[in-house]
Amino acid sequence: MALYSEKVMDHFLHPRNVGVIEDADGIGEVGNAKCGDIMKIYLKIDNDIITDVKFETFGCGSAIASSSMATELIKGKPISEAMELTNKAVAEALDGLPAHKMHCSVLAEEAIQKALEDYKSRQGK
Amino acid sequence: MIYADNAATTKMSQAAIDKMVSLMNDTYGNPSSLYRFGQKAKEALEEARETVASVIGAESREILFTSGGSEADNQAIRSAALLGKEKGKTHIVSTKFEHHAVLHTLAKLEKEGFTVTLLDVHEDGLVRPEEVEAAITDQTALVTIMYANNEIGTIQPISEIGRICRVKKVLFHTDAVQAIGHLPINVVEQNIDMLSASGHKFHGPKGTGFLYARKGIKLSNLIEGGAQERGKRAGTENVPAIASMAVALKEAANKMEKTSAYLTEKRNKLIDGLSKIEHSALNGDAEKRLPSNVNFCFEGIEGESLLLLLDEKGIAASSGSACTSGSLDPSHVLLAIGRVHDVAHGSLRLSLGEDVTDEDIDYMVKSVEEVVTYLRGFSPIWRDLQAGKKQFIL
Repeated sequence: MALYSEKVMDHFLHPRNVGVIEDADGIGEVGNAKCGDIMKIYLKIDNDIITDVKFETFGCGSAIASSSMATELIKGKPISEAMELTNKAVAEALDGLPAHKMHCSVLAEEAIQKALEDYKSRQGK
Repeated sequence: MIYADNAATTKMSQAAIDKMVSLMNDTYGNPSSLYRFGQKAKEALEEARETVASVIGAESREILFTSGGSEADNQAIRSAALLGKEKGKTHIVSTKFEHHAVLHTLAKLEKEGFTVTLLDVHEDGLVRPEEVEAAITDQTALVTIMYANNEIGTIQPISEIGRICRVKKVLFHTDAVQAIGHLPINVVEQNIDMLSASGHKFHGPKGTGFLYARKGIKLSNLIEGGAQERGKRAGTENVPAIASMAVALKEAANKMEKTSAYLTEKRNKLIDGLSKIEHSALNGDAEKRLPSNVNFCFEGIEGESLLLLLDEKGIAASSGSACTSGSLDPSHVLLAIGRVHDVAHGSLRLSLGEDVTDEDIDYMVKSVEEVVTYLRGFSPIWRDLQAGKKQFIL
């Protein structure tokens, strides 16, 4: 059996939404280099809709795949829906992650939450 | 496909496979049986013992066949600890970057009342003989130091350490799993009391290995039962695999000089090529290292991603990142030579096989460069380093 599902490998080898949004409305960074995983999410939000999202990740295959999948899941969605994204949903969308890699999906959830909080605090809401 | 993970395991030699198959077909008797069928297997076993002993300058009765390097390490250290304890000596000297077969055995002994001194291996990955000498006390039962490190390939000053231990009358064990069949070893000249080896690191079969213990050193059993291996290791011997290992070792020893010169040239070419990647560094001394071993850290990237992408390009390699070690910490070897976590996660080990070509080296340099550049392209750490928000370490 392969280490990762075909979906994980697809998102790892062909990550979606890679990059930076220079004039982002919200940015969230989680993890640290000591543990070997850092995720940074950039959001562009218009009328409470996530119109664009980009990510940068330092980490293993599942960390990159989780970032890619999480950005796909929230792109074009209202903030309220993105707020409800769970790590479980990210892992399920990837057809599962190995048990010791589940923390990668948690990081993706946290990075999005943090970026949304950043957006809200910038809005003064 | 380039297999560059020969420190993990090697492809079996054809002669070793032929030997194994031939014995499986024709010599399946139990070497403990008295009829000719069994005695033929016994002869094959003793011939293998003779061969292995001759390669390291030992006597055949000093060779004990085991399931591999880990078992040999466990038995050597346990035996020396017990011998020490009988004389009231409960101190052991080792290093911070030993294989876990050694480190975990030592940790267990600490719980049983032993004290363990783990020596520093410095930035170059080399133990200092004078520090070994200084660490030995009248309480020291054993010094156990690996011959060559499995991750960064650095070759330790074994002859000097052996001399010190002999003068101080302390038992000296070396885990020679990465060295045997690749470097010339003579246990008598180098004052080695005990040595562990593993068959599959020199083109022999997995599940084979041996422990050399100088005559007069009383070994304790890890496995109790029948009287096999002079009563020190119970269980019917895997004769075809043991004989196959001996063939592989003899073969490796016969062509060692040639292989070593060839691999050293290829290794240096690979090191030169990878050194051109910015913010990278070779791990371990450039000269005192195994002819096959190349180990680098690349700043701003993580090792597992690097391995997966190299696999896509047909290169099999290894890394000391946390994700590949199965824990949150990166390799204890890289931490022991002073690499900080951030950098240790981005390590790559390429361990060459003797069939590697110049074209392979060029392809590996090109591929690693491409993959490192690609991963840095969306690494938030690399962005911070480039923007001056973080200081480069390498």
